[in-house]
Amino acid sequence: MADTSKGIEAAGLVREFKGGVVAVAGIELHVAEGEIYGFLGPNGAGKSTTVHMLTTLLPPTAGRATVAGFDIVKQGPAVRRSIGAALQEAALDPVLTGREHMRLQTALHAVVREERQARGEELLERVGLTAAADRKVKTYSGGMKRRLDLALALVHRPRLLFLDEPTTGLDPQSRSALWQEVARLAKEDGVTVFLTTQYLEEADVLCDRVGIIDQGKIVAEGTPAALKATIGRPTVDVVPTDHEQRHRVADVLSRFGDLTQASPHGVAVRLAGDEFGLADVIRALDAEELHVDHLELHSPSLDDVFLAKTGRTLEGAEGEQQAELVS
Amino acid sequence: MSTTLSTTLGQIGDLARRSITRTLRQPSYVIPPLIFPTLLVAVNAAGLRPSTALEGFPTNSFLAFAIAVPFIQGALFSTMNAGTDLARDIQTGFLNRLALTPMRGSALLVGHMAGVMTLGLIQSLFYICFALAVGVRFEAGVGGAFVILALATTIAAAFGMLGAFLALRTGSGESIQATFPFLFVFLFISSMNTPRNLIAVHWFKVAATINPVSYLIEGVRSLVIVGWDETALLRAFAVALTIGAISIVLASHALGQRMART
Repeated sequence: MADTSKGIEAAGLVREFKGGVVAVAGIELHVAEGEIYGFLGPNGAGKSTTVHMLTTLLPPTAGRATVAGFDIVKQGPAVRRSIGAALQEAALDPVLTGREHMRLQTALHAVVREERQARGEELLERVGLTAAADRKVKTYSGGMKRRLDLALALVHRPRLLFLDEPTTGLDPQSRSALWQEVARLAKEDGVTVFLTTQYLEEADVLCDRVGIIDQGKIVAEGTPAALKATIGRPTVDVVPTDHEQRHRVADVLSRFGDLTQASPHGVAVRLAGDEFGLADVIRALDAEELHVDHLELHSPSLDDVFLAKTGRTLEGAEGEQQAELVS
Repeated sequence: MSTTLSTTLGQIGDLARRSITRTLRQPSYVIPPLIFPTLLVAVNAAGLRPSTALEGFPTNSFLAFAIAVPFIQGALFSTMNAGTDLARDIQTGFLNRLALTPMRGSALLVGHMAGVMTLGLIQSLFYICFALAVGVRFEAGVGGAFVILALATTIAAAFGMLGAFLALRTGSGESIQATFPFLFVFLFISSMNTPRNLIAVHWFKVAATINPVSYLIEGVRSLVIVGWDETALLRAFAVALTIGAISIVLASHALGQRMART
């Protein structure tokens, strides 16, 4: 097993708020040094509360955790010296410039005075903000703010980096640029990254391992490939030209595996075993003279894993959380 | 100097620079405290000039009598400005960013006051220039003007710390703004327009006497219309320092609860 002594270890971590609301209900975590660990779940699942506890901003109600080898309750200052964090909202002062933020952050992190300017310039350049460094942050785009936020989290060369939904609200180009920088930090600088996200693609592309969290508990954990493998075979979704033929299509598809949730007007089957492929399905439909409007092969996704473990899709869970918040 | 003290002073300096920069870059913080108090004193001076004919009124210039009010009114703006700034730091998560650094809580509070005190100083200089421009003479002379600057800056810091407490307690800029009219009530039930000994309505006289704002106004006023009145000055500084001390204790406690880092 990978060495987690300098990464993150958590056992039975719980956070209960006033009124008995349990945001985190006993989390176990083992994140190895140098790993990119993704915490995937809908809004309100407990991701940010977990990050706040691990970064020492919020004491846990029960359980214990170490970050970089330090206890989050008993050794808070040592934990903070070892970590960098970019929390959910880009925490910036709109009337200060990027360079002024960098100057303040290097000073408060007690970076050696002679190195502060060089360190600030290096990070601004790394995140592509040198040209905008003397502009007030209120003129920055969302992507620029996120990149500055990331740069500020790195001024004291932390060994661990916490990123709480770092790409939420970003356009695809900004998102991709941030992913590249995070991947580079882990690969070249050996930084351990703990990342929360509600984007399946982000977890899939970026993370070495993923923990899926729902209602304060980790419901599945592993590499993206391993998690998807637990779901098994791909599904084939077929929409017949004549919707009245759906029962006949279902009869045909059921020869190849178990029927599963399909698109509207469609019928879907999860292919059983390795003996069947898409071509077999097409041949069988053709032999029965069934015409189709649409036919699609779906590889298992992390959303399928979430569905299998919780009975809901990530989007559905998001909707439920919103409804709970409104009510 | 010990390393801890040196580190804390360095942090205060860094946060003070940020506080001053951010204050001076927000015209909405700088301009209203200059315009509104001087407008109010001009209107009051025009309307209440006959008050000077009352027997026992301490001066024959109502403007000289009332010019102390802008200094206190300007300081009340400090409550709102300091509180709103800190509340914004809480709402945007900037306080969490600071909490993740080795910054001490005391450095945050003291550094945060730097912007308030700078603005307090600028306001006071402006009011002094305004007073001189409209013909008010300072009986305590140039030295008295410097004491006014010191007193007004102390009052601004005291009220600023009160604003910081409210921000840390509520975490909401809207709540801070809602307290502003409440603070103005203290100004209006003070001796701002009439010397306490000439207030005829009993309840109002009692209210003005127990209202600490009266003593702040009277301290500044004494330097303008009397000269060197040690009693009035001591009372004013004592009230300002007491408000400041109570606010620091409350703000420190609220900061400890707000920044519940382990």
